[in-house]
Amino acid sequence: MPILAHWWDLRNLGNAASALLDRIEAWGAPAWIPYVVAGVIGIVGCLTFLLLSQLSFIWIERRLVARMQNRIGPNRVGPQGLLQPIADTLKLFLKEAITKRSADRTLFWLVPIVILSPGLVAFAVIPFGDGMVLAKLNVGVLFLIAVASLNTLIVFMAGWSSNNKYALLGAMRTVAMLISYELVQVLALLSAVLFVSSMNVSDVVGWQSHFHTWLLFLLPLAAVAYIFAGAVEINRTPVDIAEAESEIVAGYHIEYSGIKFGFLYTAEYFAGFAVAAVMASLFLGGWTAWGLEEWVPGWLIFVTKVYMVFFIYIWSRGTLPRLRIDQLMAFAWKFLLPLSLLNVLLVGGEVLVWQEGGYEAEVVLPIFAVVNWAVAGALVIVWGSVLGHLRPERRPRRALLTKEVGVIVYGQPEPGV
Amino acid sequence: MDDAGTVTAFWILTVITVGSALMVVAVRNLIHAVVFLILSFLGIAGLYVTLSADFVAVTQVLIYAGAVSVLILFAIMLTPRAGRDNTETFLRLPALLLAILVGFTIGFVALDADWAIADRGSFEETASAIGEALLSKYVLPFEIASVLLLVAMLGAILLVRPEGAVEE
Repeated sequence: MPILAHWWDLRNLGNAASALLDRIEAWGAPAWIPYVVAGVIGIVGCLTFLLLSQLSFIWIERRLVARMQNRIGPNRVGPQGLLQPIADTLKLFLKEAITKRSADRTLFWLVPIVILSPGLVAFAVIPFGDGMVLAKLNVGVLFLIAVASLNTLIVFMAGWSSNNKYALLGAMRTVAMLISYELVQVLALLSAVLFVSSMNVSDVVGWQSHFHTWLLFLLPLAAVAYIFAGAVEINRTPVDIAEAESEIVAGYHIEYSGIKFGFLYTAEYFAGFAVAAVMASLFLGGWTAWGLEEWVPGWLIFVTKVYMVFFIYIWSRGTLPRLRIDQLMAFAWKFLLPLSLLNVLLVGGEVLVWQEGGYEAEVVLPIFAVVNWAVAGALVIVWGSVLGHLRPERRPRRALLTKEVGVIVYGQPEPGV
Repeated sequence: MDDAGTVTAFWILTVITVGSALMVVAVRNLIHAVVFLILSFLGIAGLYVTLSADFVAVTQVLIYAGAVSVLILFAIMLTPRAGRDNTETFLRLPALLLAILVGFTIGFVALDADWAIADRGSFEETASAIGEALLSKYVLPFEIASVLLLVAMLGAILLVRPEGAVEE
């Protein structure tokens, strides 16, 4: 809680906004004017945060991935290549934005315009600090899922309107993948909602602050499932089969060039920050950090957490190889989905025990945390061994010959025919 | 429905919803029709928001705009003769006539009926009330719906399974 609530108190940027709104109301404006002004301030604020983060992360990500892969990365424009994002943006503005003659012009042009909205709109319900939230929606978590599901359609529109085989393949892959991982995502968020018994994102943050814990400690399985489903949603490299460069060139954005590609690129960052922000709010305590928010502005804590979650995605992009599509779908349906269902059942039972038994939170929550971590570990190991993932598929005792492996050799008859 | 903002929002959303619903029927390209259908769904969600039904509005976006339209897109992409799009049909004139008649009837009823105008109640949180109702009073329909969906899913899997498919 801020002690001084002056408008210039930077610990809570909501103070300035509410002071302005009070001033407008004092002028005797009709009721809807402060409402609209608040919306505009919120959107401009979120957009500023997202664009600045994106500009800095273009440089940070390229340098980090380069360092992980033993390269140097961009270091020519400005000191340490710091002006590279600006040079990139200028380049994208100046390049010709080609539209194919055989493309569906309307949808082709519509995609770069609307593709930014899901990532941006998701920030409407995410609290940046105490009271620094655009809409305290009491179905906030459901809203986040709904907004994320719209992304599928826009990507499909991009792939279909390009009138290109690779683009259509990428689009169909995205749709199939997002439908599968949406279930996992919903179940992961559901277990968080069950614990808090509110779908308001601010309430989830408040709950974690009140009980001095993070939901990550209580729901390890849900957190991991969400972070993986989020990676699928934003097409980061271990799971970016929708735009796999080595298979289908660039997937749905193969035909986009110039500033239209720039918008698609920006949208990927927006969606990435949105997923990181949801992770930070629901599982990592949002703008609170065990009393640190008394000394440091809440929004600074929140933004730090968002960047740290986003770093995980950069890290996995720089280090992990790409999965095949069948591996990815099997992982969703055979591994993550049953585990998430069991997790929801477990969490529901725990909430029931807590509510019916009337136990103290200090007693019950550590027990739940230990139980959930143990169950999560056991489930992963047991289910993995049931599916046979714990050891390689086959271990040859001696080096195999080509015909034993079953490789098709040109000019030879196919093995097993 | 008294203050200027709500009225403006209502009229904008109505024009979007009805206009794109008309375009769904009018456009030739099937994918364009789906895009207009999504716009119509989103307009309906907006109308729910003006009625303070937040849960229903978000569910509308999630189920209709997010899931049903993807289903329709899949159906179009996997139908062999979908490339024909909306072709000319000899039923055009009768359909137009029927549509005008239905519209006339509904319009007449809407204008003729003696509507009771309710005051706008205070904003209430509906999500938890709906959840409690679904799991206490309406638990049987809820469970029947889930069993129905399960049967539909199993049936779909059975239908697409090739004849004599063996386990991996």
